[in-house]
Amino acid sequence: MEGLNELAFVIGGINHWITIFLIMAGLYIIVSRSNMIKKLVGLSIFQTSVYLLYVSPGKILGGTAPIIIEDAPGQLYSNPLPHVLILTAIVVGVATLALGLALVVRINEAYGSIEEDDVYTSVDWD
Amino acid sequence: MLDQLPAIVVAVPLIAAAVCAIVRQQTACWLIALVVCGVSTLGSIAMLAQVQDYGPISYQMGGWAPPVGIEYRIDILSGYLLVLVSLIATAVLVYGRVSVQAEIKQSLRGWYYTMYLLCMCGLMGIVITGDAFNAFVFMEISSLSMYTLIALGKDRRALAAAYQYLIMGTIGATMYVIGVGLLFTITGTLNLVDMAERLRPLLDTPAAIAGMAFILVGLSLKIALFPLHLWLPSAYAYAPSAVTAFLAATATKVAIYLLMRFLYSVFGFGFAIEQTPIPEVILILSLIAIFAGSFSAIFQENVKRMLAYSSVAQIGYITLGIALADAPGLVGSLVHIANHAMMKGALFMLIGGIALQIGTVRLSDMAGLGKAMPLTMFGIVLAGFSMLGVPGTVGFVSKWYLSVGALENGWWWMVALLMVSSLLVLAYIGRVIEVAFFRERPAGAPALKDPPKSMLITSWVFVLACIYLGIDTSFTVGVAEQIVSVLLGAGQ
Repeated sequence: MEGLNELAFVIGGINHWITIFLIMAGLYIIVSRSNMIKKLVGLSIFQTSVYLLYVSPGKILGGTAPIIIEDAPGQLYSNPLPHVLILTAIVVGVATLALGLALVVRINEAYGSIEEDDVYTSVDWD
Repeated sequence: MLDQLPAIVVAVPLIAAAVCAIVRQQTACWLIALVVCGVSTLGSIAMLAQVQDYGPISYQMGGWAPPVGIEYRIDILSGYLLVLVSLIATAVLVYGRVSVQAEIKQSLRGWYYTMYLLCMCGLMGIVITGDAFNAFVFMEISSLSMYTLIALGKDRRALAAAYQYLIMGTIGATMYVIGVGLLFTITGTLNLVDMAERLRPLLDTPAAIAGMAFILVGLSLKIALFPLHLWLPSAYAYAPSAVTAFLAATATKVAIYLLMRFLYSVFGFGFAIEQTPIPEVILILSLIAIFAGSFSAIFQENVKRMLAYSSVAQIGYITLGIALADAPGLVGSLVHIANHAMMKGALFMLIGGIALQIGTVRLSDMAGLGKAMPLTMFGIVLAGFSMLGVPGTVGFVSKWYLSVGALENGWWWMVALLMVSSLLVLAYIGRVIEVAFFRERPAGAPALKDPPKSMLITSWVFVLACIYLGIDTSFTVGVAEQIVSVLLGAGQ
């Protein structure tokens, strides 16, 4: 039985495991890569973890869309709020990525490189 | 009409930003922005007055009752921040007209005002909203427009600084939203007041603690609390002068507001402060920030960068008060939010004037400016003394309250540390004074005079505010004491 419980813990929380994996993977890419576009990819992955984190608890087994049907009151429905929030978060993520990429284009024009190591060492930061 | 004020102060800048994006003609955009910021300022002052007399205002966005709908909630703390942000936005706008013309390409000036309004809308929104997720959206509105504003700097280093800030700022905001997500999962609500109530029996659960940790780290990145301050010096140093003044005086303060809101109102004094190691962590980091920031400032050649490092230190004073978590410490912290905005606003504006006249902000190029630009340099001396904490200036008031707060905990050593830290401020402000007043301008250097009146007058308004609010403390300390009684009263 012990083993079964642990299995249930691992499988039942699969969404959260994936969330944690995405958080760590995203942060790792941001920290470890010097290429500015790869960094932005990492940032996007990091933000994606949030979508899963929010949407997961919004799912109810057997739940339907939250529409009131007069014949069948008390129907089980999924809370639409997390999905709506994540729509907003996705828009925010897209905007951030777009701005980030635009900046990288400008950086490439100004410095001739998108490697962070080159960019930061090519100017005197004083 | 007056009932709709909470919506007006946020929605009007947002709509005006869209209008500016269509108009794009710089004078028209500037006028629109000025009117809008003025309206928001008047609205904020009216709301603060109302809150002081009749208690918190609750505004139901779109008529949906909270906790389902988004509630705009103005209590005395948010009222105070609203007035601060909108006043500074208006003042920097007046100041920035000439400076923007000198530093930003003509085709981009309309966009500058668009982004400026968006940024102000975001900052006002964070403060006014009573909804945790709505605060995230406003945070991203203000941050994205802020990255754009920084990238408008004429130096190519501004681009790299903006990119760096974008990465760090987005990590911070995402951490915040992960924390809010965890709290939302266990409470089922995003309304801050409602969340605080439903969290009370759940505070010991791992989800609540993890949520708190994520929010704390995320906001610390936005605040630039040591050691998460790495984005700040470059961002401040290479942004256009007007942007630096606006950014330094408002953006970090608003993040501090959100941190206070979560620590004191949502998690509650009794849990966040008394049962978790958060105050100790913030205390140690604040002290390191004060010393590391000031030390780094001493060795900077670029004066804007020097003041940016000094901002890291000054933010340390503000968070120190949060960590002390007793009445005088918190008053010191809240007063310092306004005081630091005045001092740094004044300094960055005056430096912006110098940048306009001599085209650089390197210390070595400022030799002899005391004679060439007397009013500017005299303002820098006064604001610098204010940062030093000379009695009769605002800096003294905040340090006084922080010291009293430390003494209430019996921490004599901290009072000593605060005094030593003032000496460090003297070291870097002294360098500027020494170069400007005791060195001669190189022979053959072109004649100089003080920057145009619009810049000089707005800067001096801030300088005089540093003196006035240091002598007549009834407004800032009065409001701060009211806020503290609410903050400490709510959690106990």
